[in-house]
Amino acid sequence: MYGRLPIVKMLAATVAMAAVISAVMVSINWDGQEASTAAPKIDDLLNVMIVISSFVFSLVIVMLFYALWKFKAKPGDESDGEPIHGNTRLEVAWTLIPTVIVLFGGGYSWKVLHDIEEPAKNPLTVDVFSQQYAWSFGYPGKDNKFVEGEFHVPVNRQVQFKLHAQDVIHSFWVPEWRIKKDNVPGITTTATVTPDKIGTYQLICTELCGFGHASMRAKVVVESPAKFREWVTGLKETIPQPFLDSIKQDTETNPVPLDAGGA
Amino acid sequence: MVAAIKRPGWTRGALGALVFAAFGFGLVIALRAISGLPLYQTEQTGYPHVVVPLILAPLGFLAGFGCFDYWLRWAVGMPTIPEDHSQHGAKSWKDYFRFNTDHKVIGIQYICTTFFFFFIGGLMAMLIRAELAQPGTQIVDAATFNSLFSTHAVLMIFVFVIPVFAGIANYVLPLMIGAPDMAFPRLNALSFWMLPLAGLLFIGSFLAPGGAFDAGWTGYAPLSTGAPLGQSFFNLGVQFAGASSIATALNFLVTIITMRAPGMTFWRMPLLVWANLSTSLLVVAATPFIAGAQFMVLFDRILHTNFFQFAAGGDVISYQHIFWFYSHPAVYIMMLPGFGIISEVISTHARKPIFGYRLMALALIGIVVLSYSVWAHHMFVAGMFSWLRVPMMLTTLLIAVPTGIKIFSWLGTLYFGKIHTYSTAMLFALAFIVTFTIGGISGVMLGMVPIDIHVSDTYFIVAHIHFVLFGGSVFTIFSGIYHWFPKMTGRMYDEKLGRVHFWGTLIGTWGTFIPMHWIGMDGMPRRVADYATQFGNWNLLISCCAFFLGACQLVFLYNMVVSWRFGPKAEANPWRANSIEWQVSSPPPIFNFDEIPRVVGGPYEFGVPGARHAIMAGEGAEVPAAEPSVVGSTT
Repeated sequence: MYGRLPIVKMLAATVAMAAVISAVMVSINWDGQEASTAAPKIDDLLNVMIVISSFVFSLVIVMLFYALWKFKAKPGDESDGEPIHGNTRLEVAWTLIPTVIVLFGGGYSWKVLHDIEEPAKNPLTVDVFSQQYAWSFGYPGKDNKFVEGEFHVPVNRQVQFKLHAQDVIHSFWVPEWRIKKDNVPGITTTATVTPDKIGTYQLICTELCGFGHASMRAKVVVESPAKFREWVTGLKETIPQPFLDSIKQDTETNPVPLDAGGA
Repeated sequence: MVAAIKRPGWTRGALGALVFAAFGFGLVIALRAISGLPLYQTEQTGYPHVVVPLILAPLGFLAGFGCFDYWLRWAVGMPTIPEDHSQHGAKSWKDYFRFNTDHKVIGIQYICTTFFFFFIGGLMAMLIRAELAQPGTQIVDAATFNSLFSTHAVLMIFVFVIPVFAGIANYVLPLMIGAPDMAFPRLNALSFWMLPLAGLLFIGSFLAPGGAFDAGWTGYAPLSTGAPLGQSFFNLGVQFAGASSIATALNFLVTIITMRAPGMTFWRMPLLVWANLSTSLLVVAATPFIAGAQFMVLFDRILHTNFFQFAAGGDVISYQHIFWFYSHPAVYIMMLPGFGIISEVISTHARKPIFGYRLMALALIGIVVLSYSVWAHHMFVAGMFSWLRVPMMLTTLLIAVPTGIKIFSWLGTLYFGKIHTYSTAMLFALAFIVTFTIGGISGVMLGMVPIDIHVSDTYFIVAHIHFVLFGGSVFTIFSGIYHWFPKMTGRMYDEKLGRVHFWGTLIGTWGTFIPMHWIGMDGMPRRVADYATQFGNWNLLISCCAFFLGACQLVFLYNMVVSWRFGPKAEANPWRANSIEWQVSSPPPIFNFDEIPRVVGGPYEFGVPGARHAIMAGEGAEVPAAEPSVVGSTT
């Protein structure tokens, strides 16, 4: 019965439409500049998803508009359509094929997630303190250096950001790094980033934290290790005692990477 | 005057509200005086002398209005008022403003009330877009902005999308299954009257010192536990909306399970009935969680219970787990009834049986089961235990499968049919398929942890939720309203105006929400009153499209109001549909059926020679030979 449909032509139209949409969509740089080792991996995943999604979207459009063109009732035609109740093979196909596609997407995402959170040797640890509506940063060590509103990190070295919140939830996001994690009061959360491009970026609070939320920003500087050492050494302040106390009280969540067998 | 006070109604309701509020106020002041505390506690989260009357006044109104009269008389052993059907049906417009137990009246009460809140919430959206048209602060300050988007979301979710589906189903569902009314008509009326109270609490929070609640519709602790008084209005409003929702869902479950006409087996139920069965299963089990979450926040605020106070050993993240354990299923509570509407509309206007009816019903049940296991995908960056992310990602992606089944089955229904597109209902149904596909695709992307890490809490989220809630749910609501408008009002609406509304809404929706995907991925966070100048042009475009979209809804309003009053009289079955509600007059008789119909076949037997769905009263002679009850699967 379905031989009456031009299946091959419809599939060809779908593939052609998907190819055009994918080509346009993939050529656009949706996420902006890439400035960490995680960014290209996440953008690749996004592009793969765009290609798959273009195919799904094109399939729906072709199926819909072909039906509207071919099976639209003539004016005055009050008859009914053909009493087709279903087709088991077709229904099994559109259950199983999407299952395979989403499980592939899930596996691929899992792999990317594992890669971007893989701990490196000798990471730099930076404490990120957040309160309504300001960021401040600590460099734990014997000097406990501290700075407000701006922080520097060396290029090409993994940084483990230990995120703290003093009042309500805030969220740590540098769009160019593609990494985000909430600063949660009462616990310490961790964001892992390896910046790989020298430059100046912006840290944006992405969890609603009150009337000053939109302006809760900080300057991010990625620079050469030598410059970074010089900058840290030049810092005058040390981490205030109340911050150190609150870190001690906080419990640390999820320090364990995914493959380490649970928390 | 005395008679007005004795009789249930608005006077007694207002008096009840006043008396209960005064009692609550007096109780708080008296207890504080006895305890030697200052009489008024006006630290920003406190105000017990406001919160307690706010709990009691709505109950006083409901009692005074007559919602409990029958039960109270029965409970205390007084003679109950014999049922004279004076609370049934509507003879004039005034009857819609009374305690009425007729499911058709309640359905219309629901729809009109919820659309009232839709337009209020829409006005707030217009204000939000006006402020965001340019970077910087022009129209409202940041605190008011936070109140506006919080109230916009809460009105749209709790007193528009969720209850308007309950309203449509209230009207249509008992007719569809051949029942004279819902199983519990008095509970049905009580469910409705709790709803405007919830809406009033949400809007009334603008009068509270410190302004309306401003912690987002999600109300994350500890921002919400420390917020000004308006947050308590939200905590309480959710209780009334939630109780209304739960009671209605129980009513639907009992009605669907016990009151189907003879012969209507589960496999002969229209898909709208299946959809409301699955929705109700979600509501009864999930809604208590948000009620609980908001009570815990309220207790933290006024009783210092410290559920979410980290300094006192509370756990901040547990709020999000409890909240999303409701609020993710809530997404499907806002979508499944719409799926049901689309199935009815597409099958009728394509003159074709639903393609794969049984799999369509099973897909609904699959979504119900899976939707309880995906909530933490809202929390991939929240700092919860990291191992929870991958299983939640996989279940989230898998829920796309039953949803995809529905999309493909609707498309399959169109093939070899006779598609009529003269009805605005069908136009919205077809556009829904495309728009919802986009919302589904962005949903799958969001389900993938690495992509979600980047776009979480950005405008990408705003784009996704509006594509599924506006392009999804609201399109299905419009489709359903247009489809059943002749049945509900006995009048036809104006198809020309319907088309203007449709095309305007479609273009406005795409113009408003498509660019939001991009600015989100490019770095614009959500819930901000101000943003970087680089996003200025896009936001101006979005705002212009949003104003256009808003203006188009006025066409809808005009069409509905004028057609209801002056439209041409509707026939019983203008769409030539099969299901039972179309076999009675428009509007249906006060008790629906003179004689309960007998169901003899599936609901979508278009084109099957001699097939009938139901035999109505007086048609006894025409009963055809027994037909196979098996529909769906093979041809």
